[in-house]
Amino acid sequence: MLIKIKTSADIPSSEITPEHVYRNRREFMRDVAVGTAGVVAGTLAGGAGVSAAQAKLAARKTNFTVDPATDPLNTFEQITSYNNYYEFGTDKGDPARYAGRLTPKPWTVKVDGLVDKPGDYGVEALVDFNQLEERVYRHRCVERWSMVIPWIGVPLSAVLSKVQPQARAQFVEFTTLVRPSEMPGLATGGLEWPYVEGLRMDEAMHPLTLMVVGLYGQVLPNQNGAPLRIHVPWKYGFKSGKSIVRIRLTDRMPRTTWAAQTPHEYGFYANVNPTVDHPRWSQAREKRIPGLFFNRPTLMFNGYGDQVASLYAGMDLRKFY
Amino acid sequence: MWQTAWRRLTTVLGAVVNWRFFKPAVFLACAIPLLTLAYGFWRYLGAGDETALGVDPNKTLMHETGEAALAILLLTLSVTPVRRIFKVNKLHNIRRMLGLWSFAYALVHLSMYLVFDQLCYSLATCDFAATWQDILKRRFIFVGQFAFLTLLVLALTSTTGWMRRLKKNWVRLHRLVYVAAAAGIVHFLWIQKSDFSEPAKWAIWLAVLLGVRVYFALAGRRRTARVAVTS
Repeated sequence: MLIKIKTSADIPSSEITPEHVYRNRREFMRDVAVGTAGVVAGTLAGGAGVSAAQAKLAARKTNFTVDPATDPLNTFEQITSYNNYYEFGTDKGDPARYAGRLTPKPWTVKVDGLVDKPGDYGVEALVDFNQLEERVYRHRCVERWSMVIPWIGVPLSAVLSKVQPQARAQFVEFTTLVRPSEMPGLATGGLEWPYVEGLRMDEAMHPLTLMVVGLYGQVLPNQNGAPLRIHVPWKYGFKSGKSIVRIRLTDRMPRTTWAAQTPHEYGFYANVNPTVDHPRWSQAREKRIPGLFFNRPTLMFNGYGDQVASLYAGMDLRKFY
Repeated sequence: MWQTAWRRLTTVLGAVVNWRFFKPAVFLACAIPLLTLAYGFWRYLGAGDETALGVDPNKTLMHETGEAALAILLLTLSVTPVRRIFKVNKLHNIRRMLGLWSFAYALVHLSMYLVFDQLCYSLATCDFAATWQDILKRRFIFVGQFAFLTLLVLALTSTTGWMRRLKKNWVRLHRLVYVAAAAGIVHFLWIQKSDFSEPAKWAIWLAVLLGVRVYFALAGRRRTARVAVTS
């Protein structure tokens, strides 16, 4: 018999899950007990109903967190029903609406380019599920809204070290899934597919950069980029590619989707920066979901400047936006 | 067969338009989006239900009011073509009311930008210079303001008194409503990131209306010419 002994490093879920999500989960479980009809109803109801079906993930608590007094967690429902994932549609509700069709299992990630161990990897081969960490990060979208999200994952550096990048590798490129049969937005989203993002090697190896496989103590919901995605907390959200199928190490700056589509509006670096405006809107302030007002001053590097500013020492961030 | 169907459609439309409560019914229909949002706003702020206006209440309020302003404006522009094609002259009665409703939604939309976005709910929080800069610098905001100011002029001169005072010029001035609609659609277009299908729908509607106008104008000229020849 396996006995799980709680250690101080284990985060009790009560500490991270808002009460009402707990309540929803019980309601959902009751539905399940009643029978399949309940499951169908829960699925149709969307949001928290669907989410509770996700398997739980055990994760170690870390110091990578924010002050709940100034940055309280967004709810599970907010995080999973308001998404930019154009492969499912451009409306913020489209991913939650349609991502149920996505099959995140089985999943293969092709690793190629300047690595010593190229090949096709399963998720478990890249991410050590015994080393999962919970990290509460601010998430700032280039559209001027932000959230606070309890991600679960491992540092991207741990993933990369498994495939052993060569010394010549200077950039990492991430490619998102393209599967027309499961992704209705591919026909209408107006972007060039597949969605490609990338990081400079030092950004990718930075301890803050996370390879995400879950949130709120559960396996990552499809609309948030299952089964694995990146999160780079000091950059605008579009840098954090979802549902990654390919990781390529290269010595050239990757041609990333938004920067290629509208180069004067989106750059490769896309660091959160209150002093560099989007040409069409100011980035000086932001609204925190679910607030009405744009009353939060945008923080340089999204508040992670003490840890990442040195990466850009000597760079003109107006030019390299 | 087509003629019968057309006649029936015209009859039904005529009956609807001539209904005693047609105008109040249209008034109520125009109020529904506003009332719905107001109820959501009350639940969000007053009753503390933070999901009442969706995950992003600011976006819901801005998007819904903006869309209502555009939709009602295009309905306003549709009145005359529909009236002439289906020969339902009483439809004319609701045109001014529709125009004013569109203006009302635009006013709420703009006010919310000033309050929620520019924090102009008090003199202390409002940075007038920054707001002015925002309007000048952001082309989508500029063109939106332009559409609003046009609607403001049209709303102010929409009274019977102004109609009388401006005489023939009133019609000329109020043709600006097409400019306001086009500016509104461009405003919507310019906030899109990559998917332009929604503003495109409005643009197609406006293009059809303009096409009908041009057709009427040409047909009218031909008729005048024929009258001139025969007389």
